[in-house]
Amino acid sequence: MTMTAPARKGHFGFNMNAVGIIGAAIILFWMVVAIAAPWISPYPVGQIVDFDYYGPISSQFWFGTDYLGRDMLSRVLMGARYTVGISLASVTIACFVGVTLGMIAAVIGGWFDAILSRFLDALNSIPSLMFGLVVVAAVGSSISVLVLTIAVLYAPGSYRFARALAVNVNAMDFVTVARARGEGTIYTIREEIFPNIIGPVLADFGLRFVFIVLLLSGLSFLGLGVQPPNADWGALVRENIGGLSFGAPAVIVPSIAIASLTISVNMLIDNLPRRIRDKSE
Amino acid sequence: MGNIIEIRDLHVKAKTDSGCVVEIIRGVDIDVADGEIVALIGESGSGKTTIALTLLGYTRPGCAIAGGEVRVAGRDTVTMSDADKRALRGTEVAYVPQSAAAAFNPSKTIMDQVVEVAKIHHLMPLQKAREKAVELFRALALPEPETIGSRYPHQVSGGQLQRLAAAMALIGDPKVMVFDEPTTALDVTTQIEVLQAFKSVMRERGMAGIYVSHDLAVVAQIADRIVVLKGGEVQETGTAEAIIHHPSHSYTKALIEAFHPNGRSLENQAPSAGLEPILEVSGLTAGYGPVGPDGLPKFVVLKDVALTLERGRSLGIIGESGSGKSTLARVIAGLLPAARGSIQVDGVPLGDRVQDRSKDELRKLQIVFQLADTALNPNKPVGAILSRPLTFYHGMGGRAREAEVDRLLDMVRLPKALKHRLPSELSGGQKQRINFARALAARPEAHLMRRNHLGSRHGGRCRHSGSAGRIAARTRPHLHVHQSRPLDGRGGLRPGRGDVSGREGRRDADKPDAVGRRASLFETPDLIRPQA
Amino acid sequence: MNALVARLVAKRLGIMLISLLIIAFAVFFATELLPGDVAEILLGQSATPEAVAGLRKAMNLDQPAFLRFLSWLGGLLTGDLGRSYANNREVADLLAGRLANSLELAFVTTLFSVPIALTLGITAAMFRGSTYDRFVSVFTVSVISIPEFMVATLAVLIFAVYLKWLPALSVANDVQGIGELLRIYAMPVITLSFVVSAQMIRMTRAAVIDTLDTAYVEMALLKGASRRRIVLRHALPNALGPIVNAMALSLSYLLGGVIIVETIFNYPGVAKLMVDAVSTRDLPLIQSCAMIFCVSYLLLILIADLVAILANPRLRNQ
Repeated sequence: MTMTAPARKGHFGFNMNAVGIIGAAIILFWMVVAIAAPWISPYPVGQIVDFDYYGPISSQFWFGTDYLGRDMLSRVLMGARYTVGISLASVTIACFVGVTLGMIAAVIGGWFDAILSRFLDALNSIPSLMFGLVVVAAVGSSISVLVLTIAVLYAPGSYRFARALAVNVNAMDFVTVARARGEGTIYTIREEIFPNIIGPVLADFGLRFVFIVLLLSGLSFLGLGVQPPNADWGALVRENIGGLSFGAPAVIVPSIAIASLTISVNMLIDNLPRRIRDKSE
Repeated sequence: MGNIIEIRDLHVKAKTDSGCVVEIIRGVDIDVADGEIVALIGESGSGKTTIALTLLGYTRPGCAIAGGEVRVAGRDTVTMSDADKRALRGTEVAYVPQSAAAAFNPSKTIMDQVVEVAKIHHLMPLQKAREKAVELFRALALPEPETIGSRYPHQVSGGQLQRLAAAMALIGDPKVMVFDEPTTALDVTTQIEVLQAFKSVMRERGMAGIYVSHDLAVVAQIADRIVVLKGGEVQETGTAEAIIHHPSHSYTKALIEAFHPNGRSLENQAPSAGLEPILEVSGLTAGYGPVGPDGLPKFVVLKDVALTLERGRSLGIIGESGSGKSTLARVIAGLLPAARGSIQVDGVPLGDRVQDRSKDELRKLQIVFQLADTALNPNKPVGAILSRPLTFYHGMGGRAREAEVDRLLDMVRLPKALKHRLPSELSGGQKQRINFARALAARPEAHLMRRNHLGSRHGGRCRHSGSAGRIAARTRPHLHVHQSRPLDGRGGLRPGRGDVSGREGRRDADKPDAVGRRASLFETPDLIRPQA
Repeated sequence: MNALVARLVAKRLGIMLISLLIIAFAVFFATELLPGDVAEILLGQSATPEAVAGLRKAMNLDQPAFLRFLSWLGGLLTGDLGRSYANNREVADLLAGRLANSLELAFVTTLFSVPIALTLGITAAMFRGSTYDRFVSVFTVSVISIPEFMVATLAVLIFAVYLKWLPALSVANDVQGIGELLRIYAMPVITLSFVVSAQMIRMTRAAVIDTLDTAYVEMALLKGASRRRIVLRHALPNALGPIVNAMALSLSYLLGGVIIVETIFNYPGVAKLMVDAVSTRDLPLIQSCAMIFCVSYLLLILIADLVAILANPRLRNQ
């Protein structure tokens, strides 16, 4: 990120305040957990370890046990893998496709831009959770279907965002100079446009990640996301919703996990250096 | 005559983006006598607007007065209560904003906004205020003074809005008027009219004024005295006459120097006969919008334009904004295909679009933009910016390219160490030189551009001119495109819209360069030449 | 109203129609083309080749997809939504009552959230940077960053489990008296209002701040106008368009929220119907529900766009 910040100060980047650093630390924590989950889980994920279901928080089971008596800590750690993994994969695909097309549309313009923009705007006006329902109804739910569906839903927004930024940069004199020099479209996009929109695009990436985490959790909560025996955080809430009436940790802990991730991303973005953030608003 | 304004040891602090507090005004003293117009002049960031606003007891968000006093008619606006400040604004001190177009509320009629001061301060009955407004409209030479007030801001022109903004300020009969670059947004002709209107009204009423500007040519028209500011400090104070003709401080000299591109005159021009043409444009017609059945675009900007640029000469193209200067540059550079006409370089016709031209043809025409701020990619170090044309046109790489970059930097008198910097870390003048160097890079045998009055404002432009003058080497032909500034009495050269007819051949004093085989295209709509 | 505004409005309407067509296309093909053979799924265990072929013919499944799309579209336009696979009832009949329920929920939510959000959004903008403003910002960001079902579960935990004020489920079958009605609607409305107002507060605040940052507001200040006058006479009239625009846009968040909320509270609305239809793979029902959602979403966006056009003083006073 340092290499891309417009306000490069010669060495490692910019000042970030404490809130931003805390946000970044929590995000990093969940990423590490997502990767290392199988090795750091205290119990096998699917194993029933306690005769008591909806067990309370104890020294043996830090986050209590779920509706079958499985260890919640292990399930939340493994859940991170699904929630973070699927969301990250989707947002990466969505932003890669959206930003690439957006920059191409801005640079080429003409009918390519007009048709693509109109089409993606229409796609953008489909409520995302509802479209998720339709697709899951049609083809069933698997992780690859989830990733692709979510990516399709969020690519148009990313396209629109990147295109608007790229159109502004494209009107700058240095891009005109490159054109007059005879540079091709690919060079112009890669060297002149992209470095100048990367900051806001990264902030947008983060926001979109939050939306995707929320959408995925929502889908899983409805039973249409990650399917049993696997469970992401949304599915964990669904499984254990029966424990809600007596406030079991099994239903509260995964909810807190989701909130901690999404709020951290927001904290990080809101505290990015102003130069990056302003452009993204 | 007493002093209506006395600013003593004023300090203003501001909070920057990163949260550190910096002092933007560092101990400024300014006096303005009754009925006097004093100009605050300096580059952007010199603190001139900040000082002017303290007269109204106001600082922009993020700024705060840290010390000193600002006395207006004997009362200190720094220590005044908020209610007193409100009472002061509009009645004692009135403000004329930089962009009247933005300062008028788009959803209210002009009249409502002009008489608002009278309404807020209960100065007079509404009907009387309206009559007074119409009187002011007339005094400021506005068309249809009786009815213009019932229009909305977007229904009148920019120049009229600026005068209406002055009427809005005058309605409360203030003792002091604060002008914040009120003519910057206007084109040249309108600027003159507006300035004259301001001046006559102020003289008539014997008002004092603070006129904030970066534009010496404008200031020379209106101010009695000039205060030169830099970095929040006063550099020099004196009468307008003295400052313009006999500046004593080195910064002022530099600033003035920028407005006197010396050593050029039309008499020096050599006969153009016998010189080989390098760029020939004939019958050029171009514009924007969908192409109609007659093969012409919907909005024709250039109509049948012809020009010839000979080797070793330079050609100025002058016109108001909207006259098609930039379009001509775009067409010649191949960024906008011409509807009709031809462009020849060295007698060879060029393709309409960049894609239709060979690399060598592209190399011969280099474009240098006026504003170095937007002409350089802010995310690329200087070295990379200069390397690219070398790689692109000459296939250079490695050491050879490095050496060439060093040589280019040397040519524009910049230290080699600069190549690792980003444009944002350079001064305006340095950026402008990099801007040149990039065009020079396209042809390695080139040594320097002789012409120097390109866009960066004042200080920057001037520094460049100095260095360029010292290394006067060879000239090569180039085409200047700039906006006419009739301030120097040459106002006749204003081609109408859609017709670049006003042509003016000018040339450097130096001998034509026999080796120079390329033309450069400059766009410099900011040239100002007040008479020396 | 003048020609320019009329043209812009007509253009917006045209764009909406095109979008609708593309959405209809997407919905139809997502449901019709992807899932393998509908006839086989419907017949389930009793899927002999003959039976499948017969059913396919009866359902016109042997026709080209594009023709079926056209006839489906024609049906939508004439109000013939087809028959439900699951219980062979007319989709239109199934939808009618449910739609009314959902609209009621949306209406009550709007009634609640708009005044609250307006007040909080505008005051937060007026006192920008104050503790109050920060508090509102933290609150809205938190609500926006957590899933709707979490807001709902929190509401249940607080109001039903700990306070025992309200029932956790809504069943709108036998309503007796206003008190009962309130108790039934309370939980879904509270949840939805939280979600929607958080968006609305954020967008309203941004719209007002944009206006307060303009040169004409600074000019009014330098004319000696009081804070009250600046906000009421200069800022708000110009912020009105953006604010209404923000309202309409945030109401579109109702659509996402309503799916979760109706499911979690067992509220008999369109969204619940759709979620149930998804579990039974009742494609005609899903298609119709999806179209209802998309149309309402597009309508809200259209309203937002139109307001933005009509509120522009430059266009209005042409």
